[in-house]
Amino acid sequence: MRQPTQGAIDCDVHVSVPSVGALLPYCDDYWRDQFRIRGIDRLDFSLTAYPPNAPLSGKPADLPAMRAHLDRFGLRAAIAQCLHGSMALHSEDMAAAFCRAINDWMRAEWLDAEPRLFAAITVPMQSPDLAAAEIERCAADGRFVQVLVPAMTDMPLGRRFYWPLYQAAERHGLPVGIHAGGMFRHAPAPTGWPSYIIEDYAAQAQAFDSQLLSLITEGVFTKFPGLTVVLLESGITWLPPFLWRTNKIWRGLRPDAPWVDRAPPDIVRERVRLTLQPFDAPEDAGKVRATLRHIGGDGMLLFSTDFPHCQFDGDRALPVGFPAEMLPGLLTGNAMATYPRLAAALRETVA
Amino acid sequence: MSQTVLEKDAPSQAATGIVDCDIHPNFRSADDLSPFLSARWRDHWRAYGAHLRQGLSSTLAHPRMTPAVARADAWPPGGGPPGSDLDFMRRQHLDAYGIEHGMLMCLRPGGCDERNLDFAAALCRATNDWQIEAWVRNEPRLSAGITIPQEDPVAAVAEIERCAVDPAFRVINMPPRMMEPPGRRRYWPIYEAAVAAGLPIGLHISGVPGHPSTGAGWPSFYMQEHHANAQSMQAVVTSLIMEGVTERFPTLRFVLIECGFAWAPSLGWRLDKLWRRMRSEVPHVRRPPSESIRERFWYTTQPIEETEEPGDLREIIDWIGWDRLLFSTDYPHWDFDDPRFTFRIQLSDAERQAVFRDNARFVFGL
Repeated sequence: MRQPTQGAIDCDVHVSVPSVGALLPYCDDYWRDQFRIRGIDRLDFSLTAYPPNAPLSGKPADLPAMRAHLDRFGLRAAIAQCLHGSMALHSEDMAAAFCRAINDWMRAEWLDAEPRLFAAITVPMQSPDLAAAEIERCAADGRFVQVLVPAMTDMPLGRRFYWPLYQAAERHGLPVGIHAGGMFRHAPAPTGWPSYIIEDYAAQAQAFDSQLLSLITEGVFTKFPGLTVVLLESGITWLPPFLWRTNKIWRGLRPDAPWVDRAPPDIVRERVRLTLQPFDAPEDAGKVRATLRHIGGDGMLLFSTDFPHCQFDGDRALPVGFPAEMLPGLLTGNAMATYPRLAAALRETVA
Repeated sequence: MSQTVLEKDAPSQAATGIVDCDIHPNFRSADDLSPFLSARWRDHWRAYGAHLRQGLSSTLAHPRMTPAVARADAWPPGGGPPGSDLDFMRRQHLDAYGIEHGMLMCLRPGGCDERNLDFAAALCRATNDWQIEAWVRNEPRLSAGITIPQEDPVAAVAEIERCAVDPAFRVINMPPRMMEPPGRRRYWPIYEAAVAAGLPIGLHISGVPGHPSTGAGWPSFYMQEHHANAQSMQAVVTSLIMEGVTERFPTLRFVLIECGFAWAPSLGWRLDKLWRRMRSEVPHVRRPPSESIRERFWYTTQPIEETEEPGDLREIIDWIGWDRLLFSTDYPHWDFDDPRFTFRIQLSDAERQAVFRDNARFVFGL
């Protein structure tokens, strides 16, 4: 059956490095030796957040599975993210070595093999300077269309510590994609360490909420007027209460951060985009429409499947009750506007 | 249809009376508490003060935007900080707004956050006795909340049992940000004692447990810290449901104070979706989380949510339930909600009575 997603751009698919050993061809001599001598090459560096057999995790995709996914939904393009365990390392040097290898592995084993795939640049958040250097190194390849950072970091993403990363991203027309997940430097919830993984997942939306306010309050959007932020797998229904509360608090407390010279909802609608899955509104067309109306701005949502993670059943990538009139923007137009490098590459393909 | 009427007058609300579910009493000075502490703990306080999980002793690490976090006009003419003078509170607040009943929410001296557990218990005991002697005995319109040293559940239960015999106490108060998420089993004896006493649990935004106040880390600005209160309360609800507390103690009520409420439907949807996928991890959670949210949690109104389209507020409250909201002012703090102007939508008489009075009468047994 022809999918309604024919020709769509999937802004969130995942590829996984099967083991550190797979990265050795992409490491320099020092790190290849280090990884071998220390037995690190035998580790898979998997994240505790995605137990391999848990219901949401899904089976890691190989190239044929990825192609089957692209075919099944009739996708014109997809942006691959590699969430790698190296984000949890404390050594910024080792983390940077991993990121260099991952990006080269991504290029050689995925982007060269499948022209419909584009990718996010994996960066070492342990060191914004090294992250900026990695952005500079990768940016020459137009198939890298985004910079990937986790939603739970050492400290909030708006902190000026991270600004070298934003400067590099802005310079190259790369949106910063904040993806669910984190480094576990501290408890994932403001109340401490929850007992269950389901609670860690639930806490992601609140982490996104904090990161968004941090970026606004610290002045990232003011300082980097060309920077776009994409929230990957944040859910969308928390956004209206965020906008209302932030708007109210900003009006009451704006001398606390006087450089925030516009109402936060205006900043968000202009500069922030969200991917569709995991879609967290209920299967109720009235509530879906109301939530989308509260979010405002037809251009804010980007189609995504989160493949190979199992966020929806079967082929139901589009949520029940999603308004038909918003589909053209959701499926392609919004992504083309959000990712200038992707849009340029796709225009080239057509021409 | 969106109703954008701004109500300027509200004759029905004065006639029905108002229950204010969040009023902050304060000490004129630390000496106010001395008569309620034993000599041992008076000496300790004088010598060592509070021992907290934060660097500053006299303020929080995100300094507030007004002195004493208060309204500029709330400083009593006779001296002392805002909230420390009962006569002035009567004149400025209870009488002026026709407050039929007020729930005292005591945020100081921080027995809940004290690291020395014996001192924590002594501070909570003293705070509870002071609320009764200085406030409730002198003003029948006020009720108190039992402050407990929740990190020492044995002492907390003893304090609940000591106080609950006095009908002046109508709620048991805990900070939402404790050493561990509130659903963790170490706190269950407190919930058993609350059920036995027939009192709800009140969680007013507060707590300095040492964890960053957001899942993203420590925010820099008060503007963020204030915002994060809504997040810590979502973590509270998540924990109480996913740890099984709401199902294990099916008669226990939770009142969430000063954290907003517009987030509640979204949280329920997200938890339902996750639970349908992952309930094998939490088989003790037998009901969809949104049902527990709908039945077991209440929210105070201040700071009232301000949707961009005023009419959207009605939509949100319809989703939450008009029986869930408890009017509050947060007197004497800076972001006080005036009952005449709190809602920017027209409420029906039934809605008004529920939110401004009857829901609180029910939850607190007034």
